[in-house]
Amino acid sequence: MNKALVILIPLVIIGVLVIGGFGIYNGLVSAQEEAKTAWAQVENQYQRRADLIPNLVETVKGYAKQEKSILEEVTRLRSQWGEARQSGNINKSLQAAQGLESALSRLMVVVERYPELKSNQNFMKLQDQLEGTENRISVERRRYNQSVMNYNKKIRTFPGAFFAGPFGFERMSLFEAEAGAKKAPAVKF
Amino acid sequence: MKPKIFFIWLIFFLLSGQAFALEVPARPEGRVTDLTGTLSRNEKVILERKLADFEKETTNQIAVLLMPTLKGDSLEDYSIRLAEKWKIGQKGRNNGAILLIVKDDRQLRIEVGYGLEGSLPDVLSGSIIRNEIAPRFKTGQFYQGIDAGLSAIIAATKGEYKAPEKRERRSRSSPWGTLWPILLFFGIFAFINLVARKRHYHSGGSRGWTSGGIFLGGGSSWGGSGGGFSGGGGDFGGGGASGEW
Repeated sequence: MNKALVILIPLVIIGVLVIGGFGIYNGLVSAQEEAKTAWAQVENQYQRRADLIPNLVETVKGYAKQEKSILEEVTRLRSQWGEARQSGNINKSLQAAQGLESALSRLMVVVERYPELKSNQNFMKLQDQLEGTENRISVERRRYNQSVMNYNKKIRTFPGAFFAGPFGFERMSLFEAEAGAKKAPAVKF
Repeated sequence: MKPKIFFIWLIFFLLSGQAFALEVPARPEGRVTDLTGTLSRNEKVILERKLADFEKETTNQIAVLLMPTLKGDSLEDYSIRLAEKWKIGQKGRNNGAILLIVKDDRQLRIEVGYGLEGSLPDVLSGSIIRNEIAPRFKTGQFYQGIDAGLSAIIAATKGEYKAPEKRERRSRSSPWGTLWPILLFFGIFAFINLVARKRHYHSGGSRGWTSGGIFLGGGSSWGGSGGGFSGGGGDFGGGGASGEW
């Protein structure tokens, strides 16, 4: 056998492996980035919801003073979510957001008792905005789950699994499907 | 333990995708799709014309879908899947909107692309549904309701996107856009030939050509697309409003 070939063939094989490895590694990184971006989108929509709350609370207060406790709870959970988000802990922020969500949907049930409030123009606008925001949240959640699925699959299957361990790619967690999580809180006209 | 959870999730995901999800029709040729037979041929043509003119003027795209029932699927969920499949609106501008009417369920939704959320916020979509469309649908005037709704949407969105100078920029950059795949193709082809020759392939020539043919086949898909809608590629994020009548 030719001596040059003996040297060349292993070199080519190593070269191919290294180049292939780059591609796989980059694939993992971009899948991870995609999932992170998707999470940021979810948080943006949570922020959008949080921004609606002060106005909502003010409007409801004007018509339903006796519902003080639920209004205070919503306000408190809103600031709690803000703090949790600041802390950067995804699980904490998620928990706070879900707490806020359930308080909001309870508020919207309470509101049903006040026909005058329900026919208030400002309130109707807020309802539209809130519904729209809840819908955006569920859209972004689904997209986040899809991108995490994709990433998790990549790091657990060959050949990505090869790189995931040594380079510290960890599993990301999905949104848990709560009962009714798909639906926006019942806001009815 | 962990892999188990993952697989349970995966299975759940796959099952849920099949069990609950109603099939979304393929992106249609025209702007107005009526699966319920509600609109007359003439009415459909008028609406199509209206939307085509609007697009010519502003580049904004609007599509209408009338369907009989969602079979219990969630309106919002179906609507966003529709939007993701049809990709109404120009790529990059995301200036599309879809009016989805589910006739037998008496539900409708205006789904608004990212680029139109500014001029067509949820509040406006909601009031268009409540004030323009729903009252007419209640009396069975479907064509009139759709027409009034589209007029309101058009009035709302006008001004945000004018048929702009950007077209020039696009055509300036396009020569490179079309050259790229060709260069890539030749690069890969040359590489394959080189490798084939280095390895002393006996049938070297013909092998080289067959793999070249495969790449050529792949390359041809870069050119086409077309049909009734130009553009396409608009993204949606769940903006808009839903209503009923």
